[in-house]
Amino acid sequence: MTSYIIRRLLSLIPTLFGVSIIVFLFLRMIPGDPALALGGEHATEATVERIREEFGLNESLPRQYITYMGKILRGDLGRSILSKRPIADEIRVRFPATLELSVCALILALVVGLPAGIISATKRNTPIDNIAMVGSLLGISMPIFWLGLMLNWFFAVQLGWLPSVTRLDASIDLQRITNLIIVDSILTGNAEALLNGIKHLILPSIALSTISMAIIARMTRSAMLEVLGQDYIRTARAKGLIERVVTVRHALKNALLPVITVLGLQVGVLLSGAVLTETIFAWPGIGRWLYLSILSRDYPIVQGMALFITALFLVVNLLVDVSYALVDPRIRYE
Amino acid sequence: MTTSSETLEGMQALEYTPRRERGLVRDALRRLWGNRGAKVGLAIVLFFVIVGYVIAPLFFPYNPRTDRDLSGRLSPPTREHPFGTDELGRDILTRIAHGTRISFTVGLFAVLFASTVGTVLGLTSGYVGGSVETVVMRSMDVVLAFPALLLAIAIVAMRGPGLNNTMFALGITYIPIYARLARSSVMGIKELDYITAATAVGVPSRRILVRHVLPNSLSPLIVQFTLMIATAIIETAALGFLGLGAQPPSPEWGAMLSNGYKFLTVGAWWALMFPGLAIIFVVIGFNLVGDGLRDALDPRLRRVGG
Repeated sequence: MTSYIIRRLLSLIPTLFGVSIIVFLFLRMIPGDPALALGGEHATEATVERIREEFGLNESLPRQYITYMGKILRGDLGRSILSKRPIADEIRVRFPATLELSVCALILALVVGLPAGIISATKRNTPIDNIAMVGSLLGISMPIFWLGLMLNWFFAVQLGWLPSVTRLDASIDLQRITNLIIVDSILTGNAEALLNGIKHLILPSIALSTISMAIIARMTRSAMLEVLGQDYIRTARAKGLIERVVTVRHALKNALLPVITVLGLQVGVLLSGAVLTETIFAWPGIGRWLYLSILSRDYPIVQGMALFITALFLVVNLLVDVSYALVDPRIRYE
Repeated sequence: MTTSSETLEGMQALEYTPRRERGLVRDALRRLWGNRGAKVGLAIVLFFVIVGYVIAPLFFPYNPRTDRDLSGRLSPPTREHPFGTDELGRDILTRIAHGTRISFTVGLFAVLFASTVGTVLGLTSGYVGGSVETVVMRSMDVVLAFPALLLAIAIVAMRGPGLNNTMFALGITYIPIYARLARSSVMGIKELDYITAATAVGVPSRRILVRHVLPNSLSPLIVQFTLMIATAIIETAALGFLGLGAQPPSPEWGAMLSNGYKFLTVGAWWALMFPGLAIIFVVIGFNLVGDGLRDALDPRLRRVGG
């Protein structure tokens, strides 16, 4: 197993190289000169030239690429053209915000979606099943930015129950260690920040979780239905096991594989969703930041983030494959 | 005695009853019609088609781009304006009705583009195999590794905002899904005896692909087509909302939402509520039809999936 994981990790390297080349070329096909944009409207030719010089923009493409990769291998993702801040530092601050939001959304999606799928399958064609399935249809059919706006308007603006934007009230002082608000406030024993941070998380997490929740519920239901029709379920019932044990120990365990696969695919769903959710809730994460960087042609950020996201995606895929073996003892990796 | 006569009758029945030709398509349509969800979905989609393409142009002779009534700005729903008016006094119901055509067109063409390119790539690479397959499928994986919406944003940023580029960008992001789907169908089919037989009698590869492989792998592609339109409509709206899709005077639903969003603080909930509901209903319609098609085209899934 360990050697399998190591081999898989090594195989990530060529893929990441491929992605880096594609992203690099792709970004340079975008019309618009970042040096011009950076210099502003009244920049002289000399200023623009100096900027090009500074960021290496007037070198040949292969040269720019080699320089770039050399830096990456030393852990330097470059600096933002606009803000001049190191990208690696920005990721360290912003990624935890997106991570915290996405993990909360995923937990919410699992806590609701998994039981909903199980109950739907065991109580097939009953009102409960119908409600759950209509709910999940709604979940995959609803634009999350619309839901986010409606939640924000109703619970934050109209009722004033929950904060509408950012991760933490400005008045609250919290020492940042991991930049995950919940973790940091627990580590520093700051109850006020913990409560405030959770309040800020509720609305965006709900908005972000809906698609994943619906997908998980639907997938769990159909996987459970397939398993529940198997002979060993009949055997388990015939030998007198109570239904709950049959459902959880015999059916669910065997229905989990497709659910885990779907879970792995949520990285992309959550990151796409993060762009919209972070826009609506002014959440200082990587989604909105990347979106704005794409629009302002801040190449280094987009490049760095593309690599970062691809690496994240590949690592999650690896985790999914490894967890197959944990759930299903028939799957072994040599 | 009885048993043998029954057997005999049975045999005669087998021999003499001509097989009723029904064909895959009619069979599937019959099953689709028996599916309540699919019927509801079809009704929703048809309703929007009629509203967008017949009722709106004929009975709301209203130009959503220029007609405005500044004295009736941001009016809540009334008898005259059932969905209220926006910040320029434009009737929101009319704009939603006219916006239907935009969502349908963009959704349809984005998916048409993706399904054509993706199916060709998937079928050929799956059938040919070898290094062609490796290169094509690995590049598809790279595209899939990147979150779809972010990729679409990047493509639109590269080509400039607008509906044509929205269509193109969404189409590109959907290609890998089709390529993988088509390839996985081919993998199952190409080992079957009738393909071997066709190869053995010397049918050229291209003809085998078009005449034998494609028709037999069509079902999942059709299902995906319908479900993908649903996704495309949501993502068109998302790009419109971010300001990258349809541009302001256009009654595109996402652009209407991004506009309505600015007036939420003054309490104009209707400018946000109704375009959103339109999106939800259309998308539910396509999703229901897609789910129904899946059940109708794949009896095996129907049995277990219910």
